[in-house]
Amino acid sequence: MLKLNHIAKTFNPGSITEKVALADVDIHLNDGDFVTVIGGNGAGKSTMLNAIAGVFPVDRGTIEIGGRNVTALPEYKRAALLGRVFQDPMTGTAAAMNIEENMALAMRRGQKRGLRWGISSTERQMYREHLHMLGLGLEDRLGSKVGLLSGGQRQALTLLMATLRTPKLLLLDEHTAALDPKTAAKVLELTEKLVTDQHLTALMVTHNMKDAIAIGNRLIMMHAGRIVVDVSGERKKALTMHQLMELFETAAGEELSNDRMLLS
Amino acid sequence: MELIKLINALPGAVAQGLIWGIMAIGVYITYRILDVADLTVDGSIATGGAVAAVMITSGWDAGVSLAAAFLAGMLAGLATGVFHTRMGIPAILSGILTQLGLYSINLRILGNKANMAISVNKFHLIVSSRNARQLSLENPILVLVIATVLLIAVMYWFFGTEYGCSLRATGANPNMARAQGINTTSGIVVGLMLSNGIVALSGALLSQYQGFADVGMGRGAIVIGLAAVIIGEVVLGKVFHNFALKLMTVTIGAILYYLVIQVVLWLGLNTNDLKLLTALVVGVFLAIPYWRSKLGSRMARKEGPHA
Repeated sequence: MLKLNHIAKTFNPGSITEKVALADVDIHLNDGDFVTVIGGNGAGKSTMLNAIAGVFPVDRGTIEIGGRNVTALPEYKRAALLGRVFQDPMTGTAAAMNIEENMALAMRRGQKRGLRWGISSTERQMYREHLHMLGLGLEDRLGSKVGLLSGGQRQALTLLMATLRTPKLLLLDEHTAALDPKTAAKVLELTEKLVTDQHLTALMVTHNMKDAIAIGNRLIMMHAGRIVVDVSGERKKALTMHQLMELFETAAGEELSNDRMLLS
Repeated sequence: MELIKLINALPGAVAQGLIWGIMAIGVYITYRILDVADLTVDGSIATGGAVAAVMITSGWDAGVSLAAAFLAGMLAGLATGVFHTRMGIPAILSGILTQLGLYSINLRILGNKANMAISVNKFHLIVSSRNARQLSLENPILVLVIATVLLIAVMYWFFGTEYGCSLRATGANPNMARAQGINTTSGIVVGLMLSNGIVALSGALLSQYQGFADVGMGRGAIVIGLAAVIIGEVVLGKVFHNFALKLMTVTIGAILYYLVIQVVLWLGLNTNDLKLLTALVVGVFLAIPYWRSKLGSRMARKEGPHA
């Protein structure tokens, strides 16, 4: 479903702020893979997701989504194949527009946008049903500005929007990191439900090692712009935190020194 | 300071306010919807005025000249859009470049003259200041109110369509817009074109209203446009939430602006000092939201956190 063939990205090449964000990332995701991604700060997790989404062009390598080479496609065209949820709850929705307008925008992802009216009444009914599923009472607030919602509500809505049109690949970039633990757990539960129900292929960056082990069928760990650990299936199910840290130390040749990961 | 003089001047102020209100709707599209400060308008309003003047004096119908002015304005917006999105120049600077270039172009349109008269005696004009106090169907206030209502209706429809919604999303949150498959680059160009088309249209109306087109008629137009948007928001922003009503507040803001100008002129202000006064007034109105938020946070600090 996703093929990253030796992609690399260096930011600000030739300057003092030069940063090799992706050294060489090579990975194939199978249909229905739910992959959790962990790694220290600056390991390249978000950069990898942004490279897939087309936020910037890569320096080397090719990107294929659903059998289609998208390496040269701009971000807005790749969006037809992708669902995205960001770390900052503000990023995924338009605060100044209301709930139904945001959903209508998501409903037209990858579709032609013409001079028909922006929302139809049949759609509205469908949105209500989708929102009802969240159990947040948003189904009665279709006309409310998204800016009035809490961070958790906005993330849940963004998640819904990302899957409204079934994407070839769902990209989740630490989408629960900015939420309080209780809300984070709820959003995570919703994530699993949506991925399972729609048989989605997903990449989920997280800083929570417990979540990374508990969720999905495959786990990758990144370090210095490379994937250094890749476990899946039964092996992943049996994984412990301790083993994971050992795996990392052997692969990276240094101790895991990320407080954020260790403390959570 | 005879009151009758002021009262006599009011219909003209309202008519001017309506014309600048149309211009301010164009400014609203870039400034509020797309979140781009576009200074092209100082040039494109004069372009619209020049195109209309030249066309009408060479025998074209005034209505056709409005359409031509709209198209000319769209070209100006296209230039700014290309500077900004294809050449990576910041929006404000892109607008300044176009505006500067337009000065030469506007002179050329006017046949290398700084101004051109279009007498209401010789040509059939859509609006003229001469009829401002007449009780007839030719009264510019009536004509302009109808034009404004039509424009607002068209804008309400356009920004409610799928494409219009994608433009609003582009301004509201470009990252989200791109993630939802919206081409934000072309959206900004289209928005700038639409905005400057409307601005040039108002320029075409303005030159007919005042009976001449002048290469300098757009100087400070952006400030008047912003004044209309902001005065409207400060006075009526809390009351109106519907998009069509918000556009109407822009028109009301422009009318209020011209009424105030008329009053201060009546009180004895020198016409030459008008621009200075405008700059100061707009500066203060632009500062109000900032001051309000500062005051709000200071009061919150005094009250302390509510546990």
